[in-house]
Amino acid sequence: MSALSRRPWIAGLVLVAALLAAPFVLSMYGVIILTEILTMSLFAMSFNLLFGYTGLLSFGQAGFFGAGGYFAVLTLLHGPQSLWAALAAAMLGSALLALAIGWFCVRLDEIYFAILTLGFGMMLFTVAHNWRSVTGGSDGLGSFSIPELSLFGAQLTLFNPKNFYFLVLFVVVLGVLLLLRVVGSPFGLLLKATRENSNRVAFVGANVRSVRLFAFVVAGALAGVGGALFALFNRIASPEMLHWAFSGKAVLMTILGGSGVFLGPAVGAAIFFVLEHVITAFTTNWMIFLGAILVVLVLLFPKGVLGSALDLAGRSRRGRNP
Amino acid sequence: MEGFLANVLNGLSWGMLLFLISMGLTTVFGVMGVLNFAHGSLFMLGAYLCMQFVRWVGSFWVGLLLGPPLVAVLSVLLERFLLRPLYGRDVSFQLLLTFGVMLFLDDGVRLIWGAAYHVVNPPQILSGVIPLFSQTYPVYRLFLVILGPLVGIALWVFFAFTRWGKILRAAAMDRQMAEIVGVRVPLLFTAVFAFGAWLAALGGALAAPHQSVGPAMGERIIIESFIVVVIGGMGSFPGAFVGALILGFLNSFGTTLMPDVQMALPYILLSVVLLTRPRGIFGEEG
Repeated sequence: MSALSRRPWIAGLVLVAALLAAPFVLSMYGVIILTEILTMSLFAMSFNLLFGYTGLLSFGQAGFFGAGGYFAVLTLLHGPQSLWAALAAAMLGSALLALAIGWFCVRLDEIYFAILTLGFGMMLFTVAHNWRSVTGGSDGLGSFSIPELSLFGAQLTLFNPKNFYFLVLFVVVLGVLLLLRVVGSPFGLLLKATRENSNRVAFVGANVRSVRLFAFVVAGALAGVGGALFALFNRIASPEMLHWAFSGKAVLMTILGGSGVFLGPAVGAAIFFVLEHVITAFTTNWMIFLGAILVVLVLLFPKGVLGSALDLAGRSRRGRNP
Repeated sequence: MEGFLANVLNGLSWGMLLFLISMGLTTVFGVMGVLNFAHGSLFMLGAYLCMQFVRWVGSFWVGLLLGPPLVAVLSVLLERFLLRPLYGRDVSFQLLLTFGVMLFLDDGVRLIWGAAYHVVNPPQILSGVIPLFSQTYPVYRLFLVILGPLVGIALWVFFAFTRWGKILRAAAMDRQMAEIVGVRVPLLFTAVFAFGAWLAALGGALAAPHQSVGPAMGERIIIESFIVVVIGGMGSFPGAFVGALILGFLNSFGTTLMPDVQMALPYILLSVVLLTRPRGIFGEEG
């Protein structure tokens, strides 16, 4: 354990290796669940770049997630039949959208930031819901064909869930590495500093707004990629993906896993899906459990499952050799 | 012309409901600094309890009288056992806690009363329509239009002239100072939270005959009332009144004049206000 905590990249490699091996062990159903978990992990981790690292509670993250989904599907419907083009369009489109919206949002703090992001997210939702000729309205955009993936000259069909899983794993790992690079850099320190005390950051000469804006754009771009994967996986981009209730999912997953740990939101996403499948097996009212769990976590374990577990491990180790 | 008048009345009746909800929300925020995500769920609970009383005893008035206090009792428990441990912590966690309570209550309602929509008939004296120029208009909506300002005046008298109202305003202005001069702030917080919940549930009970009662009604109103208190200025009572009227009119005129963008209008207004006057129209710039 101590060797692992000193060299977290070993734990990361073990995790990636396990995820690579998983489809050969799991059932088809398990592979599909794992694909969903990975997609939502990227979404939740993009949210946590803002919440956990920068101290900004965004209730509009689903706007970028959903926009990414629409950008990807629109690319496949009207543009080149290429998955990479669709993903790139989702990433760039969401990043530009986040740049425009973030330019306004980063001016505000705390609750005002949460409400303003919620407002902008719902504006995007309205666009998706009402601009029928482009977005298909409340029915969403379906009936697109998913092109084959060309990889080193080989053509892979994505109708095989395992192939789709590997695509998602590849993209999500890239996204997570980008996040790791951001939070581990001096700029990441600046983010955490603005979370702790934005006034002091301003005093030492940094531009708090542009620091926050950069985080907002990175988070928006990665949420867009997550949304593109989500839409391609479900074969539809629908307005619900942009609704604030969907933003709430990212919030829930992050709190479940722990906002103070890098992989916390991913662990939260996994717990979320496992819980959902366990609880919906005997009742349709699973939100009541989710609400109760969130209340208990906020009250007793604000560091989330992963954060509390790491605390516990750290404490027991220190207890043994003081 | 008739269309215009109908729009005005529709805007006023929806605005008055929004005003009741927003008053509770803005009082709780002004005094306690808590933005309550579950406020819309308390509104919904008021509507469901009213419906249940109508089923049991057949009287809307009994539901209007007894439902809201029950919701207030529930909210006393919420404040005492869930919110109180969080006062020293980051405001985000208070928001998240009430978000969890909202999920719990919304689904709890679905568990008890089912996912279907229910209709509550207005009481005999307020049912039916009255002629209005060449058209007709539901009496119950007119009742709301008249009741709203009355409740507003009652609240104003309460806040401006009664001892409790003064204590509340004092605590909203400076919590620490109020504590120093002998206000029992923990007790006050519980009372304020219960009062806000009572107002929300009262709005819900009044809304029951106005719209159909269903599990999604809390979700819509919480976002609209967030917008009301933010554009009016959080903690500001005149702000809540003006904000609720603006949103009511945006709703009624927007639906008839520009149906395609109506859904986005409140959010556009919200962004414009937040970016030009970040503390709201009636808020004091900090």
